[in-house]
Amino acid sequence: MTMLDKRWVDIGALDDIPRQGARLVRTQKGCVAVFRTAADEVYALDDSCPHKGGPLSAGLVHGAAVTCPLHNWVISLETGAALGADEGRVQTYPVRVADGRLLLDAGALAGVGDRELQDTCHG
Amino acid sequence: MTARKLVVIGNGMAPGRALERLIEAAPGAYDVTIFNAEPRVNYDRIMLSPVLSGEKSFDEIVIHGDGWYVDNGITLYKGHKVVGIDRAARTVTSEHGVVAPYDKLIVATGSVPIVIPVPGHQLAGVLTYRDLDDVQAMLLAAKSGGRAVVIGGGLLGLEAAAGLAEQGMAVTVLHLMPTLMERQLDPAAGHLLQKAVEARGIDVITKANTKAILGTDPALGPARVRGVLLEDGTEIEASLVIMAVGIRPNAALAKAAGLTVNRGIVVDAAMRTSDPDIFALGECAEAEGQVFGLVAPLYEMANVVAAQLAGDATAAFKASATATKLKVTGINLFSAGDFADAKDREEIVLRDAARGVYRRLVLKDGTLIGVVMYGDTSDGAWFFDLLKSGAEIAEMRETLIFGPAFAGGATQDPLAAVAALPDAAEICGCNGVCKGKINVAIDTLGLTSLDDVRAHTKASASCGSCTGLVEQLLKLKLGDGYNAAAVSPMCPCTDLGHDDVRRLIVAKELKSIPALMQALEWKTSCGCAKCRPALNYYMIATWPGVYADDSQSRFINERVHANIQKDGTYSVVPRMWGGMTSAKELRAIADVVDKFNIPAVKCTGGQRIDMLGVKKEDLPAVWADLNAAGMVSGAAYAKGLRTVKTCVGTDWCRFGTQDSTGLGIKLEKAMWGSWTPAKVKLAVSGCPRNCAEATCKDIGVICVDSGYDIHFAGAAGLDIKGTEVLGHVDTEAEAIEIICALTQLYREQGRYLERIYKWAKRVGLQVIRTQVVDDSERRRALYDRFVFSQQFAQVDPWAERVGGKDAHEFRPMADLAQREAAE
Repeated sequence: MTMLDKRWVDIGALDDIPRQGARLVRTQKGCVAVFRTAADEVYALDDSCPHKGGPLSAGLVHGAAVTCPLHNWVISLETGAALGADEGRVQTYPVRVADGRLLLDAGALAGVGDRELQDTCHG
Repeated sequence: MTARKLVVIGNGMAPGRALERLIEAAPGAYDVTIFNAEPRVNYDRIMLSPVLSGEKSFDEIVIHGDGWYVDNGITLYKGHKVVGIDRAARTVTSEHGVVAPYDKLIVATGSVPIVIPVPGHQLAGVLTYRDLDDVQAMLLAAKSGGRAVVIGGGLLGLEAAAGLAEQGMAVTVLHLMPTLMERQLDPAAGHLLQKAVEARGIDVITKANTKAILGTDPALGPARVRGVLLEDGTEIEASLVIMAVGIRPNAALAKAAGLTVNRGIVVDAAMRTSDPDIFALGECAEAEGQVFGLVAPLYEMANVVAAQLAGDATAAFKASATATKLKVTGINLFSAGDFADAKDREEIVLRDAARGVYRRLVLKDGTLIGVVMYGDTSDGAWFFDLLKSGAEIAEMRETLIFGPAFAGGATQDPLAAVAALPDAAEICGCNGVCKGKINVAIDTLGLTSLDDVRAHTKASASCGSCTGLVEQLLKLKLGDGYNAAAVSPMCPCTDLGHDDVRRLIVAKELKSIPALMQALEWKTSCGCAKCRPALNYYMIATWPGVYADDSQSRFINERVHANIQKDGTYSVVPRMWGGMTSAKELRAIADVVDKFNIPAVKCTGGQRIDMLGVKKEDLPAVWADLNAAGMVSGAAYAKGLRTVKTCVGTDWCRFGTQDSTGLGIKLEKAMWGSWTPAKVKLAVSGCPRNCAEATCKDIGVICVDSGYDIHFAGAAGLDIKGTEVLGHVDTEAEAIEIICALTQLYREQGRYLERIYKWAKRVGLQVIRTQVVDDSERRRALYDRFVFSQQFAQVDPWAERVGGKDAHEFRPMADLAQREAAE
């Protein structure tokens, strides 16, 4: 996939997300959690822990990882993979910052057609 | 240059130290020969008591093993008693006929125990307490059980008594004077000591004058001890008698050689005897007209001898004040200086009967000249330093007795007290090692462990009673680089434990999480889900009104003030003071349930109503409606005050003794909003039937006719545990003050997520009782701090969020689904 294939959509300002926090973006495929780290890196992941579907957006962000609020699984924001002894992975999506705006790749969202739709969006 | 010949008579601690220092200062300058009357290497005589009690083995108290003598080219004759010094020929001769020539001679023949020449003192089974042979004989005697009589209730006698009791013997201590250890303790402390000794099952008879030691009938075989007869006719049966009534300098050899001898071998400030080539040191030496028995001045003598031998003619001995500690596990006493009563002296006394604490300071001309401490001796080093330095104490006179924690400011932390000590403060009395020296050694040699410090400075290497202080210095110096085995780190981001972090927050005035992580060298850039909530709590508890809460360091429940459920929805619990509600509140709750289609409503275990299944985005609107009916957050999610459960008490109940509902409401109104290390649940029952189940709560009150029994440290969760009694008070106001003070103490000492019962177990129930019940001043101070911090904490978080705070938490930042649908 090249940059040309991406369809960047403006989802808000970087400052809409607190540092070491997350906000939700509702999509037709379910909720995507957009994270902002202490170092202003941004990441987008499905808002659903691979363990029991906990809302990762409500977790505690530390470094480039988030701890799920339900059972303390730690998920890498970079890869979506569970860290430590746990096994599992959530879908990640390209997101970037341009002029203080957050751009999410809607093309990637469309590309995960076989992803099971979340019956509830925790937002 | 060929090495000169140095001969040492005696191989105790003082000459051992002198040789060590000499080898450091002038390696190879002397060819050393030692004669030791004991058939062994140099060991730590101070530690014989732990060997007797079984806490240590001989190997553990050896100072210089055989290898040390080999490595340093020292000839050691073990079991060679020197029988003559020929000053003209400059030789010494041992009883086995070894003749050794010397250029310089050190006489360190120590002391001999005093044996009271009463009839029977030569019987088998009568021992003194001086060296390892004595200890081995006592251990052997203890094997056959029976009763031991220890004559002498001084330092050595009591240590021997405790050791023999530890070995299973029945023990009686006979002491000539009215109180124990009268040379080191005043009568009040002597009395406390006697109680503690007796509590170990040891009989103590004071004013006991031994008349005779009784032996078995010689007709029945070799006579041995069978008892002790006192002047007043009392007869005490004994299979072992220990004489521990004192020592006298062993100066016979020196006297025979024509050296000047008074009580001991007379030496000048350079430690030279009347023969300039002969030094004397240790217990056999008499300097400034005094003889010495404690190790600190003896080591000082050793330093002087070593320096003189190494060529420093200026080195001079000066007797300084010495401090005494008793080495019996579980008995803490400390004394230093002069504490006799006199007209020109003032005294300050602190007693705490419940804790068994006694402190007495003797002042003269605005300086401290004597200290006696019993029970809590942790401030000993600080007082001793004040005493030795002769510092002016007028300015801190008011709080002096409370120790450095008060004199230096607000902290009660022992580490801060150590930090406050000047560099010259003596840490290790046995080895004369000051704080500055330890710090320099840690810095320059890169020391990181207690063993390192012991190896390089000798601090805490003798009696070991300053081990805690040395560890605290390591901690202060190394911060998270010091990893004492006992401290488990709060999380993988640091090597520091919770207590260290709390202490350093205060000591370094760390007022934000990033500042803390920088100062304490956190190993991760911004912590983890374990440490961040803990740090956020510690900051809030330490700096009320100053620290700005970091919501990103809170778990979701405390961030959005509701309880997350398994499906990502939330439950909402409004506060119902003391469990009381009204038609108006119930109606508002019913309306909210209908309006927001809340799927479940339930009563909680803490007498509240729980609305379950609320969508996150609905939370502010739900709260707005509940606020409108006068309800605030019930904090059912908080590491803080949760609920105060009550029964109906005298309002309705025919058994009620007090207004339990009213007290519950008052407590909840006083305490709501407070953050604590873990959740806090209270209950107030109106009578001992205890319908509010107060005796399994963190804090519970049982009302009785005469007032209020306050309980604490219960649990009914992962662990089930009945409460402990904190105390009884007569009035509601006292109950509230004590409970708030208890909560504040817990807020200040508890580790994050540590419930009250675990905290109480860790720090000790009695310690807590003492601080919040017995010590009314401390209770008041705790209460005041609680009230102060509450003014910043009692803000309804729901109303804040209804007003727009943290709005980002409750709604998505974008809705692409709708956007696409619109397109």
